[in-house]
Order: sequence, then structure tokens, then C-alpha cells
Amino acid sequence: MRLPRFRYYRPRDLAEAAQILAGEDGAMVVAGGTDLLPNMKRRQQTPELLIALGRIEALKKTANGAGLTIGAGLTLSAIAADEKIKKDYRGLWQAVSQVATPHLRNMGTIGGNLCLDTRCNYYNQNLEWRKAIDFCMKKDGEICWVATGSKKCLALSATDAAPMLTALNARVRLVSAAGERDLPLGDFYQDDGIHYLRRRRDEILTEIILPPANGVTSSYWKLRRRGSFDFAALSVAGAVALDRHRHVANARIVLGAVASRPVVCEAANRFLQGKPLTDETIEEAAALCAKVAAPVDNADFTPRWRKRVIGEVAADALRELRGDDMSAVRAEFARQALS
Amino acid sequence: MAESPSFAVVGKPRRRVDGADKVTGRAQFADDIDLPRMLHCKLLRASVPHALIKSIDARRAQRHPGVKLILSGKDFPNEYGILPVSQDEQALCKDKVRFVGDPVAAVIACDEFAATEALELIKVDYEPLDTIATPDEALINSRARLHEYGEEGNIHKRLSYEFGDVEESLANSDHVFEDLFFFEGNTHLPLEQHAAVARPEADGRVALWSSTQCPHYVHRAVAQALALPAARIRVIATPNGGGFGGKTDPFNHEIVVVKAAMLLGRPVKICLNREEVFYCHRGRHPVLMKFTTGTTKDGELTAMRLQTLLDGGAYGSYGVASAFYTAVLQPVAYRLPRYGFDACRVFTNKPPCGPKRGHGTVQPRFGQEVQLDKIAEKLRLDPAELRLKIVERPGALTANYLKIGSIGLAQCIRKVIERSDWKNRYGKLPRGQGLGLACSSYLSGAGNAIYWNAMPHSAVQLKLDRSGLVTAFCGATEIGQGSDDVLAVVIAEVLGLEPEEIRCVTGDTDLTPVDLGSYSSRVTLMMGNAAMQAAQRARALIAQAAARKFQGPEEAVVFEKGRVFNAANPGGPGQNLSFQEAVTCAEELHGALGTTGSYTPPDPPGKYKGAGVGPSPAYSYTAAVVEARVDEQTGWLTVPRVYVAHDLGRAINPVLARGQVEGSVYMGLGEALMEESAFRRLPPRLSGALAHREPSMLEYKSLTAVDMPEVITDLIEAPDAQGPFGAKEAGQGPLLPIIPALANAVYDAVGARIDETPITAEKVLRALDDKARGGSGRVGPMAFPKIDWPEPFKVPPPWEGGDGRAVNKPARKRAAKMGRPVPFPGGNAA
Repeated sequence: MRLPRFRYYRPRDLAEAAQILAGEDGAMVVAGGTDLLPNMKRRQQTPELLIALGRIEALKKTANGAGLTIGAGLTLSAIAADEKIKKDYRGLWQAVSQVATPHLRNMGTIGGNLCLDTRCNYYNQNLEWRKAIDFCMKKDGEICWVATGSKKCLALSATDAAPMLTALNARVRLVSAAGERDLPLGDFYQDDGIHYLRRRRDEILTEIILPPANGVTSSYWKLRRRGSFDFAALSVAGAVALDRHRHVANARIVLGAVASRPVVCEAANRFLQGKPLTDETIEEAAALCAKVAAPVDNADFTPRWRKRVIGEVAADALRELRGDDMSAVRAEFARQALS
Repeated sequence: MAESPSFAVVGKPRRRVDGADKVTGRAQFADDIDLPRMLHCKLLRASVPHALIKSIDARRAQRHPGVKLILSGKDFPNEYGILPVSQDEQALCKDKVRFVGDPVAAVIACDEFAATEALELIKVDYEPLDTIATPDEALINSRARLHEYGEEGNIHKRLSYEFGDVEESLANSDHVFEDLFFFEGNTHLPLEQHAAVARPEADGRVALWSSTQCPHYVHRAVAQALALPAARIRVIATPNGGGFGGKTDPFNHEIVVVKAAMLLGRPVKICLNREEVFYCHRGRHPVLMKFTTGTTKDGELTAMRLQTLLDGGAYGSYGVASAFYTAVLQPVAYRLPRYGFDACRVFTNKPPCGPKRGHGTVQPRFGQEVQLDKIAEKLRLDPAELRLKIVERPGALTANYLKIGSIGLAQCIRKVIERSDWKNRYGKLPRGQGLGLACSSYLSGAGNAIYWNAMPHSAVQLKLDRSGLVTAFCGATEIGQGSDDVLAVVIAEVLGLEPEEIRCVTGDTDLTPVDLGSYSSRVTLMMGNAAMQAAQRARALIAQAAARKFQGPEEAVVFEKGRVFNAANPGGPGQNLSFQEAVTCAEELHGALGTTGSYTPPDPPGKYKGAGVGPSPAYSYTAAVVEARVDEQTGWLTVPRVYVAHDLGRAINPVLARGQVEGSVYMGLGEALMEESAFRRLPPRLSGALAHREPSMLEYKSLTAVDMPEVITDLIEAPDAQGPFGAKEAGQGPLLPIIPALANAVYDAVGARIDETPITAEKVLRALDDKARGGSGRVGPMAFPKIDWPEPFKVPPPWEGGDGRAVNKPARKRAAKMGRPVPFPGGNAA
């Protein structure tokens, strides 16, 4: 498969990039290209103009302030190798370490991962295949093949960074020619497989701003068939702060790969508030997590099985947040210890 | 085990002769070929599963900038197909398309981009036909026929054989076990996508470079499809970046680029994309199986009846042979006094199935080895002890007249049970952990060629001259398995040289004598024997000249470490020559030096119609123990370790042999755990589509490096008299036991019987749920459809007075006439 024809700019600074982007409706930005370029080969996306962000040094910095600011242009490998992130935001380290393969992490960026196109096994196919099955509403068609009665595209948010950073209460900064704004990452997404980002077309994601770790521990569990390469068929991101009695002061559990956006487990989070992480509270919270998701047939594994195991994976995440050594369980599920 | 003779290079772990080229990038794969004035080709493939082609309008594409030529079905005179009985393929579909991905037109343009753009401009008008998605539909729907030939409706082929009175033996058995199994289809997934380049040459000749395992068969198919004299076509097999059976058929794209190059007078190249490789397919047939097996109370097998139903996909390919292979090798591993089988292959609107590593034998081996596990449990026998008790004997002639040579299976079983500490661990591990054992046997080359002929299966020519260089010419094809290395080692061993001193020229139909190709694990044995004969003849020529020089007897001439000397007086003046000096003497004495060697397998003992599939000069044997861990809450399945012992007769190069065994374990685990050729079918009221579910390397799941468990490998050497230095195959057989061993390990771990592949977490959990509800804890097929089997050929086994012939003459419906009536391999199958 070959890329379609497109024009390509590689500006040196953000202002120039934002200006070009604002100036042309058919333009898209590209960082690592590990998501966009294959999509272009399959004609899922056909921008006339690509604005490459790779030369913009301002996007590749981390800064310590009250918390941590991460440049959106940093590669996933760079973040996985950052000792401070591994120490203070372990869940984020676990999440980025499990994205795709080492080669793709060397190219792919954290900003790109947050903007990852939603996925569906009717959509992530080449042009000829989609022609054979007939196009779907996400690209060139009218219908959702996953649920033919659905008015809305059900493509899946399969990014690893988004659920974890949502659990960590991160904010993102968006820059356009007209100015810039911050918003909580949770508000960056909406549950629509086509319009899954609340990013304006002319905005560039430049930074991820993490609040101070302040005793918050975090954990990320990704379920996929193989220990590498695959997108999540389900993921559980958890961030928990315990008080001095080791009761939960604040819990944020977020599910990935169950909807078109990361899904915050509000009921479970409320339930855990003020309680110790015992086997019983973990089991109950995990059951509450399982209730919020209704996987459909658009990823690997059957939706029934994905639904069935949410509680098990959520419980594993909570046990790790409690301080249990989960490396053996991880070695079985993730084929790596990640501890 | 036979006493180990001492060899100079055979059996020594060595770097392969083509290793440096492969790791430095010097090796030239088909897609690396870039010729002056070369054009590029793309194929337009059907977007509908089953339809008549009403019209093709390529006028806009013709005018597209850069487009040089557009071809369609009418540009190709003849049909072709790998088996003479299944000449059902067209380079480009003429009137009808049979699956999503079937090629309809070709665009040749100045570059691939222009060709791809032009594809979009071709309008094909289709008239849809009923779609046949499954074997059940194929058996019922005889209206929407994919092909005019075949038996009837969409039944391609039915086989029925009976070696002794199976019903009688079953009735007299202490126990009769009836089990259904399903083996899902899967594909080869070679890293290298198929590619081919054709170049027109002087005087109407043409050369084709292609990533093929079988240049000889491609040569024949191109000649036939284009109605060209074979002598005008040169086929050169480039190194393959993996084949596994996926590059053993002649393919549309090869024929198309030859035609285009000849019409345009310029080189034309095609490189398939990954989706197209899934459409070429020829992978593992999905097979439904029913085993009815009788045993005595202490576990001896009394009789077996096996019924198999193969989902063939849209074309014949090797399918008739595949159907035979789903049954013929069952009696090779264990003693079986009476045996009957029925096999049926049907056409469906999916990419054609064909030969994948273990061709057709993998599916019934899964069934039989899981059934043996059930038998052992019922009879309260240790599965290893049961197998040791019933292992076939060396030199046996089976109920279906397969002649076995050496059998190292018992040693293999003992080795893996020792390595895995089976006696202390099987059935005794904590819940959630288990061990499973399974065995297998495989061919070291099919006893018959794809087309009937009495010529050798492999031939080697040697050229030697005063430079001291020995060049070996052979049609065999290096597909990564190490065939060049085997060629070099065998010759080096005979001539007392190092393998690196042999120059291998292989897989080129202009330059090299015919070898049938790299399939059916035939190369080491057949090419090895041909190479040995050629080398021995060269040795004799040199020895004669050297003896003259030494003024001694020829018998005293020794070839060792690059020297040729007189054993009686190695230190004497003029009694010890370098190899180059010795060759010079030989050239002085004989003139130009060249020898040939060839190999033809022995005549098979079976004389009945159909006895041509199954015979092999030698059979390899494997035993494996797989460890499984199962998480009972999720069904999640992990394989921490695999123990495998493979009887390969003799390891020519143990490093490569080990690589073949462990590669087989890798591929077997993929099939066992996750690989499946799944299809998407939408109801006709929606789009009616039937397409490969996810033809991509990301979504067709096979193990990554991190998913691969530790493998403990032992090579067992039970030398076979038919093999060069005793060698048998190593590249396919070790795949077979891995899949049933895993199924058996899951049962040992949690008591879930998964009687179908792949064995996934979902199925394990479903079985555990079923068990928790008081069910049997089994997931697998529930019924075998009714098939109107023909009257069987009745062939009494050797011990019942049989002479290898059928005692009856069952009527057979004559297949509808094919384009070219050509007899089947062996000349004795319908």
C-alpha cells in the first residue's frame, strides 16, 4: 500500500505550525506518524496537507513546576525511560511501556497517543476491504456495522495514555493561531467514535500538565492477546491517594477500550472514598467498574468475555494500588513484570 | 539407536552457508530486484464474494497517466492449477469471481502509485450469485456452484477407504471412543510478501524471478497458462522470506507479469501487499473430524474410523492431496490393525486453502492425540505409558500400506517425560497448572510428484575444475530452511571439504536440474541423496586419477580436510595432494569434470487407487510436553515451557535442525493459542459481504517474541536407511504435537476439554462455566453433518492376506471434464 498524494510542511516553531493549520481546512498535524500514516495508506484519512511537528523543540520538553509538564512531542520511549515519571507516576510509565512495540514507541509520541484515532475492526481495514463490506459511517458510509441500529459511531478509544492520564487528573494545553487554552483531559474526549476529541480543527495539543504526585499511587493494566504490538481490548487505569489510616482519600478508576472515550468509574470511585482497600472493598469496587462498560464487537476478543473480565482486571489494579506485589500476575497477562 | 559413525562435517553445529548474506542484506529477495526500464503491476481484486463478471470497463484507467497496459481474463489462454485434477485457476478471472480478493484485472504502469490509482478507474459490472460461506452451506446448496467440475454441487472430492472390517473390530472392542473435533483454518504468515519480476529476453524468451518454493511447478504452470514452450521460460526462485507452504502453488501474479513483460518488452514487477498475501492464502484447511476408535481394555488400538470435512475455499489448489492427508498418516505413529476413513472437501467463497506446514496431517493429529488423552483417562493409564505401549514398530507396513523405516518415537517420548519430570508432575500439579503430552509423525518427502512421471524427484550436477572450486547445481529452493546448507554439507562430507568451499547454484530452471521444490519436507532426504550420488561419482573420478598418481589402489585414496592422500603412505613424497591438485590430476585424466546424481523414491507397496498419497521414503517422529497455566477467573492461558524431542534420523547441521524444530513449536503454539482465518459475513439484506475478517499482520494474531515460551529441544537420531547419512525431516513434523499437547495440558490444569482450535481464554472460561453448571466442561463441535459417502475401496491389511490392492471396484462418478485431462500424482488416485 502506498500513501496518497499530500503536501508536507515541517515548520520549526509552534506559531508557524498553528498558522498553517488555521489556514487550510484539509490540513492535519503529524508527530510520530505511527497512527496517521497507516491510516492514510488505508485511505481512512486523506489530508491534503500534513504539518509535521517533529522539528518543534518546544514540544519535546518536560518541566517541573507544581507537578509535571510533559511536552506532547516526547516519544513514548522517552517517557518510558524517564526515571521521575517511573517513580512518581508509575501508572503512566506502565501505560506508555505497553503501547504497541518498541519500534513504534520510538516514533510515536505521547500527544499522538492521546489523539489516537478511534478503532474498529470494520474501520481499520484498507480501502478494498471496506469497499467489499460496504463503507461505514466513520468513513465514506452511512451505517455502523457493529450495531446497525446505532445512530452514532461506536469506534473504540484504544489509547493507553488517555485513561491513565485521565485517572491522574491531567490537563492538556491546546494552542491555535487564535490563542491557547487548558482543559482537563477528561473533557478532551467525548463518546462519539467520529468526533471523539473536543479539539478544534485548528488546535495543536502541546503539553500535558500533571498535578503533583503528592502520595497518589497509580497503576495501569492493559488486556490484549499478546504481550506486544496489540491495542488494548480492555484497560484499567487507577490512581489512589490513601490517608494516614490507609483509607482511600481519593480514588480515580478509569476504563479504556470499552467506549469511544475513556470511561470514569464514578460509582466505584465514590464507593471507595473513605474505605480501606480490603479484599471485600476491592471486590465490590471492581464489580461497580464492570457495570459502567458495555463492550461491543469492535475489538479483539468477544464483547461478552471483555465484559466478563473487567472486574477481574480492575481488582488486579486495585490490589497493586494497595501495595500487593502483582508482578507474577502481570507476567502472565502482560508478559512483563512492569514493576 | 544405531552406533554413531564419525563424520567430518555432518552433525557439526555450524554457521549456515547462506547466513552471512542473509544477515548483511546481501541476499537479494524478489522485491530487491530493480531492473532498468522496469514497470510495475497491480491487480484489481474482486470486491464481491461470488458473482458473474458482466463487463469490465477499463477505458478511463487506460488513459490514466503512466499506464502502459491493462490485462483481463481474456488475455490468458489456459487455466492452470497445481494438481492435474484441479486445473481450475485463471491468471485473471474470465467470467466469474469466487471470493473477495480474486484477481479480475491487472494494470501495468510506470510506477506502483500510478498503477494503484488506475485500479480505482476500472469499472467491473458484477451479477451477484449466492454466497457459500461454510461447508454446511456447500453441502446443502448445490445450485450456486463455484465450479463446473468436482463431484456434484459444491463437493470437490469425496474419498472413502476401508482397510479391514472396521465395524467388526469396533463391535468386538472393549471400549469404543467417539469424538468430534474442529481445527480452525489459519495461514502461513511469512514475513516476506510474495513478489515477482519478469524480464523479456532475446528470441522470445522470458525470465521470471519469484519468491516461490517450487520454481519447477511455476515453470510448468506459466508454460501452460500462457501456452508457451517451457524451454522459452526461465524461472528463478529468489530466496524466500519464509514460505511454510504458502508459496508452493503457482500464483496469478507470476503469470500476469510474465505476460505483461512479453507484451511490453520491458521488465515488470509486482509485490503483493499484506492483504493480498491473505488472499493468496493456500493455508490450513478448517477441518471437522469425527474419530471412532476401538481399544482393548489395556489400551491397544483395535480399529479406527475417521471422517473429515474440509472447507477448501474457492479453488482446488492441493486440496485433493490435503483431503488424503487428513487421514492417511494416522496409522504411522501407532499400531492400528484396521482402519477406515472418509474425507470430503467442499468449495466455499473464501481464499483457497492448501498446504501449510504439516499439510493436512496437523488437524487429525490434533484429534487423535486429544482422543488418546481421553482414552488414557478412561482406562486409567498414564498417557505416556499408553503411547509407549502402542508405538508402531520400525520397518512396519501399516494397514494402509505405508512402509515405515526407522522410528525414534519411543525415545522421543522417554526424553520429553524425563525432561519435564512428567512422572512427578503430570496430574499432580496445583490446580491451574498442567502438563500435556502428544506425539506425531510426518513425511520426509511425498513418494510421488504432483504430476505423474517416472523421472527423478531431485537431481544435482557438480562441476569441478582446476580452480579447486566445486559448484553444485540443483533446482532445490532455499526458503530459509537451510537447503543450500544441506547441499553443501553433503557434498563437502563426501569430498573431504568444508561446506563453505562448495558453491551452491539453486532454484534456476535454466541452470539447475529439476528438483520438485521445497515442500513436503522432501529436500534434505531427496536432494541430499541426489547430492550424495553426484559427490560420490566425482570422488570416484578424482580417486581414480589420484590412485594413478600415487601408484596405489583407488580404495586407499582418502579425502579429508581438503587433502587427497594415500592412506597407505600419507607422508610419502607425492602421496598427499591438496584437493585442487587432485582435481587437476582428474581433469588431466578425464577431461572436463562433471557428475550428476539423482533420486527417485522407492515404489510404494500400496497398489490401490489413491495409494499414491501417504508414502514417503522415511517418516520423522516427534513427542512434546507442553506446560499450561490457566487463570480460572478469566480463562487466561499461559504456556511457560515446551519440551520437544524430534527424531530426525540424523542432524546434518544441528543448529539449523534445532531452528526448524523450534520454529515449528512457535508456529504450532500460534495455531494452538490464537491464529484463525476468520471471516466476516453480513446478511444479504445488509451488504451480503463475505470477507476475511482482518487480513492484517496486526489483527491476525500470531505470537510475538515476548509471547514465546522457553523451549527445551532434543534431537533424537534414529537413522533411516533411506536418508542421506540416515537423515529424515525436521521442518514440519515438530509442529504437530504442540497443539494437542496444549489441549491436553489445559485439561490437566483445570479439567476443561477444548476440542477445537484455537484454544482461547474465552473458550476455556466457557468450558469452566459449563463445568460449574454441572456440564461436561467441553467446548467443541457437536455434530458431523450427513454426507453421502461413496462405496469405500476395500483393501485388506497386509496381515489379513492383502497384497496392497482393493478387493472391490467401487463405482466412481467421473469428474466433469477439465480443461486438460492430466492424471493425478502417482497415476492411481481418481
